[in-house]
Amino acid sequence: MRKRSLVGVCVLLGFLAFFPSGWAQAQTIKIGINAELTGDIPKVGEGTKFAAQMWLEDVKAAGGLAVGGKKYPVELVIEDNESKAESAVKAATKMITEDGVLVMVGPQASKQAVPAGGIANNYKTPMISPWSTNPDTTKDRPYVFRACFLDPFQGPVLANFITTEFKFTKAAVLYDVASDYPKGLAEFFKMAWERLHGPGSVVAYESFTTKDTDFSSQLTKIKNSGAQVLFTPQYYNEVALIVQQAHQLGWKKPIVGSDSWGSAETVTLCGKDCYGLFFSTHYAAAGATGATKEFIIRYQRKHGYVPDDVAALTWDAMGLVQKAIQDTGGLTGDLKKDRENVRSAMGRIKNFKGITGDMTFSGGGDPTKCAVIVRISDKGEFEFYKAACP
Amino acid sequence: MVIFLQNLVNALQWGSFYALIALGYSMVYSILMLFNFAHGDIFMVGAYIGVGVSMALASLGAFAMPNWLILVLTILISMFLTSFVGMIVERVGYRPLRDAPRASAAITGLMIGIILETGNLALLGARRVSFPSLIATTTYDVGGVFVTNKKIMIVLVSFLLALALHQFVRRTKWGMAIRAMAFDVTVVPLMGVPLNTMISLTFALGSALAAAAGILFGIAYPVLDPYMGILFGWKAFVAAILGGRGSVMGATLAGFLLGFTEIFVAMIFPSTLRDLIAYSIILLILTFRPHGFFGEPYSARLRL
Repeated sequence: MRKRSLVGVCVLLGFLAFFPSGWAQAQTIKIGINAELTGDIPKVGEGTKFAAQMWLEDVKAAGGLAVGGKKYPVELVIEDNESKAESAVKAATKMITEDGVLVMVGPQASKQAVPAGGIANNYKTPMISPWSTNPDTTKDRPYVFRACFLDPFQGPVLANFITTEFKFTKAAVLYDVASDYPKGLAEFFKMAWERLHGPGSVVAYESFTTKDTDFSSQLTKIKNSGAQVLFTPQYYNEVALIVQQAHQLGWKKPIVGSDSWGSAETVTLCGKDCYGLFFSTHYAAAGATGATKEFIIRYQRKHGYVPDDVAALTWDAMGLVQKAIQDTGGLTGDLKKDRENVRSAMGRIKNFKGITGDMTFSGGGDPTKCAVIVRISDKGEFEFYKAACP
Repeated sequence: MVIFLQNLVNALQWGSFYALIALGYSMVYSILMLFNFAHGDIFMVGAYIGVGVSMALASLGAFAMPNWLILVLTILISMFLTSFVGMIVERVGYRPLRDAPRASAAITGLMIGIILETGNLALLGARRVSFPSLIATTTYDVGGVFVTNKKIMIVLVSFLLALALHQFVRRTKWGMAIRAMAFDVTVVPLMGVPLNTMISLTFALGSALAAAAGILFGIAYPVLDPYMGILFGWKAFVAAILGGRGSVMGATLAGFLLGFTEIFVAMIFPSTLRDLIAYSIILLILTFRPHGFFGEPYSARLRL
């Protein structure tokens, strides 16, 4: 009896979908995907699209998205933003005003996500960027969320990880003073470390400038400072030089880095010297377990390659969107009201189990989540080591 | 004491590169009164040629050459090939401007530098190239001072090359011609010395030394990018001035002095201030000795 009525509802909904009236539109949940499908970073857009489509398959297999006891069909509105800021704005405006999406996922890169976030916020439409780490994306924008952590967050995470993992109390930092990302991260790490171990526990705080290749003087200082670990939030080309020179100067202690290490080039340039070192990042494919592993296997079977962090974060963003819609307790059919409800539901999400870690929103659009600590294995692969929380 | 000795070792290696590159600047200046500003980029080209040559040699696995032989051959072949790059630069960039004001020629050098950088960028892309590790690194612990076999090799090869150049200029007929031209470039051709050949030879020698520096650099810092020569070229230029324009010995010594200054400033002061303090010291030296260590006022003779 119940089954028959469900079928009836589905048939009715399918029928109504052919009539683009306002009432019928509210019954289909539309989710906008604002992705970098062409332009500089097409691989990012591809991962976004594939992950979102995988999520849609699951929803379709379940017969639609259940919200407040009713099942709604879901439709993805995928727009290409050409990896350009102005196209991202255009795509966002189109999907919000013309297509009437309930939520927008993307854009991914901060260059696109920052301006598109402004549009979403003005039109009071919830947006979630899976991958954008720039603080400005969500800053002072109640309608904009993200599924990843911010750059500064890795400082405290790594300070905690080193403290609990190795029981070290003295650290050294080597960073590029002329580049924003390493400089910021070095400062955050120092602050976090000194909060844990007291002032002066960062025994060497050394710097260089972009394009430098010789770090022997700084590393000699670090080696003789009594530091037990070296933290260097540099990009892959400098990582190779720093690590090799440190080893040539007789440094045998651990060297730890941040998500800027997470390029395949790191191991290509650095070679065996980098094996066994740790860094923090969003997600690690090798050695993944549970839901993360399932996602990787499924994605790989369908598309023929291991998903990168963009795909994994998009998958989590879709999960967050689903949870937020379901948490509203039912759709009113008024798009404006529903968007508002989804926004406040998303802001209340606690302990969401994502494949890139557990996420909690506590006011603001940035989740509290754990980072993943990756160990570079003896084969040069990035291996999941443990989750590290602030 | 250990720290001091360790930094002494670090500085010897770092100074080697400056010395080898400064020699090229000095040689060219002594005969043409011209600073070849493309020289830093010839250093870069030399390093890339070194990558190509060593990969080509390694792929000729049939000969089963030991790695040290590959390395020696790489250095020699790359020096040979890069010397042609230097000669082409001279022929295309400087010869048509030989009678033009020196400023025009200096600007040409800057432009050739940009062409070499962006040409490389167009050819190989922005990806950084890893220099193949031909010899395994062995680290020796000498009472707390860490020395690698590569460091020893780099310093030795640099010394040998500087010495070889010194002997070449002093003992051979070609060297005599170069010295004569440095003395008076207008009279020497009247004595039957082929001017263009000699100038080409000077460029070839300088470029070959820059190529050697490039390969040694690749061995010590195996991450190459198309813009690696710019800052290096500037600093080596400072060394050439400091040594006394046109002085072989001066350029070598000043190159090492520059390396020592950079390393020891970073040892004593916060490393953020390294170049600021190091180059203020150099500026101070030049204030009191405006012609460098071995330079003579208003003269550009190639001295020994």
